[in-house]
Amino acid sequence: MEIPKSFLGYKRENGRAGTRNHVIILPVDDISNACAEAVANNIKGTIALPHSYGRLQFGADLELHFRTMIGTGKNPNVAAVIVIGIEPKWTKRIVDEIAKTGKPVEGFHIERTGDIGTIMKASKKAQEFSQWASEKQREECPLSDLWISVKCGESDTTSGLASNPTVGNLMEKLEPFGVHLCFGETSELTGAETVCAARGATQEAKDKFMKTWTSYNDFILKEATDDLSESQPTAGNIAGGLTTIEEKAFGNFQKIGNLKFIDVLEPAEEPKKGKGLYFMDTSSAAAECVTLQAAGGFNIHLFPTGQGNIIGNPIEPVVKLTANPLTAKLMKEHVDCDVSKILSREMNLSQAGDELIKETLRVANGRLTCAEALGHKEFVMTKLYRSA
Amino acid sequence: MSQPDLIIHDEKDNVGVVVIEKTKKGQDCSAWIMENDKTIKVSSTNEIPLGHKIALKDLKEGDTILKYGHDIGKVVKSIKKGDHVHVHNVKTKKW
Repeated sequence: MEIPKSFLGYKRENGRAGTRNHVIILPVDDISNACAEAVANNIKGTIALPHSYGRLQFGADLELHFRTMIGTGKNPNVAAVIVIGIEPKWTKRIVDEIAKTGKPVEGFHIERTGDIGTIMKASKKAQEFSQWASEKQREECPLSDLWISVKCGESDTTSGLASNPTVGNLMEKLEPFGVHLCFGETSELTGAETVCAARGATQEAKDKFMKTWTSYNDFILKEATDDLSESQPTAGNIAGGLTTIEEKAFGNFQKIGNLKFIDVLEPAEEPKKGKGLYFMDTSSAAAECVTLQAAGGFNIHLFPTGQGNIIGNPIEPVVKLTANPLTAKLMKEHVDCDVSKILSREMNLSQAGDELIKETLRVANGRLTCAEALGHKEFVMTKLYRSA
Repeated sequence: MSQPDLIIHDEKDNVGVVVIEKTKKGQDCSAWIMENDKTIKVSSTNEIPLGHKIALKDLKEGDTILKYGHDIGKVVKSIKKGDHVHVHNVKTKKW
């Protein structure tokens, strides 16, 4: 198949391109959710991103919170941002960083005004942003403007046999076009960690990966009360035939094809070494992982599933594929790309990779994913430890 | 290229994955090895559902299960060729 050289995206002020054109209402903290949701309810064409944290956090945990908030606002799928927090200082910090992209952003704080006054002021600005963004048109953008993140979920053995290798095939075919790629899931590489580390493009990348994985594994060993068999693999994984974390990890690892990763990113960190594949230190829980990757700047997500994970994200479209014929049949409304014919050998991996490229580009051009059509917009902050 | 009953990732593997709805007891299954495109036969000793693993040889306690050509865990209860391989007879070596 000849791969198209471009897609239709929204060009942003900082040179990036979006596959979506959202105006978001971003609460800084849990107690500002109500206000943010009221604004989004008032003004059509906006979406609120409520979440559970943002108070009394400190140290690396607080830095991750800011990185996730700021990265979400900076994501090129977002046209404009309203930030609402209880206090002015943290609100301003987020607004100032998002403003560096050149996109419209304005912050509001609730203290000394109350919800109703804040909702009124923020709604007026949100209306202005929504109408401004509605005039943006899709334009032809080079394929290299695609930043593709991947994560699998509710995996079973069909994931490792077919749907994850399909993503790997897509990566091998699109990497030469200069796209940015990202995989994560630190915990779910356990058992395959040395094989994964060997895929580092440099000694520095290899060492950084091992350091990241070891730090995670030390934490698990310290906190674990049992052998984690109740959590990894999950009950869904086991029902689908996966027996051990090692088996899950080698299946997971198929998603990067034969590529090497050039750098290891902190959770929600933006890649800075140019095009190519990155590993991001993330949770293996679907919504946390995709939220972190979207905050890292990725603008389209590929999600292979075995037993049928249904996740979506409010700003980064999540394209779902499965190779499990039962999932493709019983959960059809969640499946964007059915590659189950690989198992019956009616389709080979390269053909499946081509199908996924076509579906990815349709979504990049504006086709709603199943998760978008069904209203999935899971936005989940990763919290590292207890608050002060 | 007829539809296989089982798929094996790597020539070194000692387990294959059921890719039909389920195998029947005594079914003579055709197993396609992805790595070298060869097909072998394995008789299923019991019903094994889609996505679950079948042993390609006899395995004893302490043996290593190989899939993708890699170590994915240890045998904790002896397994006969054609048996269902899962959490009842295999455990992780991690954690």
